[in-house]
Amino acid sequence: MASGIRDKVVILGMGCARFGERWDCGPDDLMLEAFEEATRDAGIERDQLEAAWLGVFYDEQSVSKSALSLAMTLRLPQIPVSRVENLCATGTEALRGAAYAVASGACDIALAMGVEKLKDTGFGGLPERTKGTFEDLWQPGFTPPGAFAQLGAAYAAKHGIAIDELRRAMAHVSVKSHANALHAPKAHLRKAITSDQVLSAPMIAYPLGVLDCCGVSDGAACAIVTTPEMAKSLGRRDAVAIKAMQLVASNGYELSHADWDGAHTPTTRRAATRAYAEAGVKDPSREVSLMEVHDCFSITELVLMEDLGFSAEGRAPTDILDGRYDRDGRNPCQTDGGLKCFGHPVGASGLRMVYEVYNQLLGRAGERQLPSPSLGLTHNLGGIPNRNIASVSLFGLKTL
Amino acid sequence: MSGIQSWGVCIPRLRLSRKTIGAAMGWVNPSLKTARGERSICNWDEDSLTMAVEAARCALPSRAARDSVSTVMLASTTLPFADRSNSTVLASALSLDDSALTLDVTGSQRSATAALAQALSSSGRGHTLVAAADRRLARPGSDQESSYGHGGAAIVVGADEGVAELIAQHHRAADFVDHHRLTDSPFDYSLEERWVREAGWQTLVPDTLQALLTNAQIASKDIAHLVIDAPPALARKIASLAGISENALVDNLAAQCGQTGVGHPLLMLASALERAKAGELVLLVGFGQGVDALLFRATAKIGSHKPSRSVVEALGDRREETEYTRFLSHCGLLPVEFGMRAERDSRTAQTVAWRRHEDIYAFTGGRCTQCGTVQFPRARVCVAPACRQAGEQEPIPLAEKTARIKTFTEDWLAFSPRPPLVYGNVAFAVGGNAFIEFADFAPSEAKVNDEVRFVFRLKDIDRTRGFRRYFWKAAPMNSAAVGS
Repeated sequence: MASGIRDKVVILGMGCARFGERWDCGPDDLMLEAFEEATRDAGIERDQLEAAWLGVFYDEQSVSKSALSLAMTLRLPQIPVSRVENLCATGTEALRGAAYAVASGACDIALAMGVEKLKDTGFGGLPERTKGTFEDLWQPGFTPPGAFAQLGAAYAAKHGIAIDELRRAMAHVSVKSHANALHAPKAHLRKAITSDQVLSAPMIAYPLGVLDCCGVSDGAACAIVTTPEMAKSLGRRDAVAIKAMQLVASNGYELSHADWDGAHTPTTRRAATRAYAEAGVKDPSREVSLMEVHDCFSITELVLMEDLGFSAEGRAPTDILDGRYDRDGRNPCQTDGGLKCFGHPVGASGLRMVYEVYNQLLGRAGERQLPSPSLGLTHNLGGIPNRNIASVSLFGLKTL
Repeated sequence: MSGIQSWGVCIPRLRLSRKTIGAAMGWVNPSLKTARGERSICNWDEDSLTMAVEAARCALPSRAARDSVSTVMLASTTLPFADRSNSTVLASALSLDDSALTLDVTGSQRSATAALAQALSSSGRGHTLVAAADRRLARPGSDQESSYGHGGAAIVVGADEGVAELIAQHHRAADFVDHHRLTDSPFDYSLEERWVREAGWQTLVPDTLQALLTNAQIASKDIAHLVIDAPPALARKIASLAGISENALVDNLAAQCGQTGVGHPLLMLASALERAKAGELVLLVGFGQGVDALLFRATAKIGSHKPSRSVVEALGDRREETEYTRFLSHCGLLPVEFGMRAERDSRTAQTVAWRRHEDIYAFTGGRCTQCGTVQFPRARVCVAPACRQAGEQEPIPLAEKTARIKTFTEDWLAFSPRPPLVYGNVAFAVGGNAFIEFADFAPSEAKVNDEVRFVFRLKDIDRTRGFRRYFWKAAPMNSAAVGS
């Protein structure tokens, strides 16, 4: 039985560009912004990097398909660089590559960079793209909000809850994230909103209004990882260690099998179970101090509260309205505003989540700092409920 | 003697009131303001081919009926493809045996009656499906815009006398140009109505009918049903000239759906057959650069034959289109701004479309030979978590199955020529899930757990390369009247 990577890899430094509509920036500017912060934080020079992973999803959008954009932008010292892509879990995949390299002993210090330059399309929302030569022949011409909106009608039907009641809970998800982002200087959307505003916003894809949807942003985030030993030799006493990284890809069950109810994400459930086991977490709702989940849409976050094992089946709407996931609640969620408000530059999002957990664990989260958090969770849901990549990762403080 | 075995019809669900047309276009043509009734119109994803498929499904409801078909004729003057066998797409959608002879018949409003006559005359290896449909355009403000409808019909014929036996046929070829349309023109050019009536219909048709009745030694007074696709006054005049009782005239459905083009005589024939009693004579007339006249006698089987969807039911399944400009947009006559998302490239990989043509055109899924789990799309390895059997899956046709809505959305962001784009997940009664577009659902109409059927529709239009791709969509079950 494999032992996993728990405590074998620590984060030496992290950086995150300001997210938003960065009309003035190309992907190279964004990567450099994140990288310079991370190297300062890590206290190393670029020549100390031994390998790097680049996560970018929309390769058509100017970053380019290969790893070259990272190597050339950062002028990396002729080291192995790989580009990875796994839908909205892309940033996490970059980190997983770097972490596995360090954990295996293949190298001591590795870089994971995630970037996305989305605002060069000329229109709102995510870029249009082919879904595959066969898929285009039969799959709906869906948009991400429409594909995730599927969770709404199904959840309401499964739990016998009126759609208006569900929408009130969904609205609170957005209100909470907007409130949190007010204290996140690098967040894209920093403006408080009310439930009434969410509920009366124009409909995008029933039952999702425009304020149920996350920001489409430009951004980059990166992490420099190393072994605990190397971190210690560089003078660190405490570090944020990776406790678990688990990832599950749909195998077609949600797309083709009649049994899937459309109201939950089986991949998240499986990834969470494995991640808790890897990290030795028995009761996530007691042990996890904060979480950054894939709140691409309000309904997604609502459903995830059950899939990640926090709310009981059918209880998420009540727990949300009770404030359980607010910053001052029992299980703070999206303390930096999440995808909803911090923004969602696809390839960077997984690493942005880790950036928040990292800063919270180190007590560097400024006005939004939680009192003594010890374990943070990040979660991505790449793709759409019908076929997706789910990742669940856990990070905790480790004394070196 | 050969005869009609079954029939089916398709009238698109959308109806445009002539009042709506008059209100929009009466300024240019005041007579439009007083026009009554409504006409049928295609949704954005319907065309002659999809309507032909729907009518043919109705005429061939069972696998056994489809297996009996060896020839497919598709008659229309508005086929989507000028060079790609439209009738072969029809045969694929019906999942017919690939040994079928398929042919497109076009060029005149008489195409369907001519195809029917030819089908009845040939000895044939098996049954012949004669499907006909038209989606004719008309200039805004023209009389045709108001009088035309969109629709189709299908007749299955065979060597057996069936429900209506062919007694006689007579034809007349005459290059009488009442209207015309060049291959590359969108609209008909119509000549003066009085001349068309008097020099055309009233001259050519009665002569042909007389010749037929004389040859067949049938007395004109014995005709119980006269199918003549002409306005009532003209039809009465022709009946009178041919010595046929006015009471035999079959309603031309102008008030309910308009004149639907090539398929209209067959649609009216279906309407007549639904009322005909055993032994009654039914006379079918086709007009367009000549005349086709076919005389049938209803057999003893007529009473027991129940179409899977009657003309009355098809007419009753209606939803009013209240937006005249949306109708124009669907017809390609109004360049609406659909935003940058409409620029998406809908290129079809023909290699894939051919490799997976059973999946796409016939909507064929797979059934695991080990555990029986139904799945779409068909896969090499079973999707059931407890199975994972690898190998060839048994094909399972899904087009005629029903399903229930598991979940759905109405997406205002996605490009659709008729926003919102409605799509969702449906669970088949036989098992399996499809993530699929919906058709014909109005906003707020879809509900979780509603039962749906599947319809063959346009999926995407590739304007860059001039191609249309088709797939199946989930549609409401209702065949009863639906309000707007």
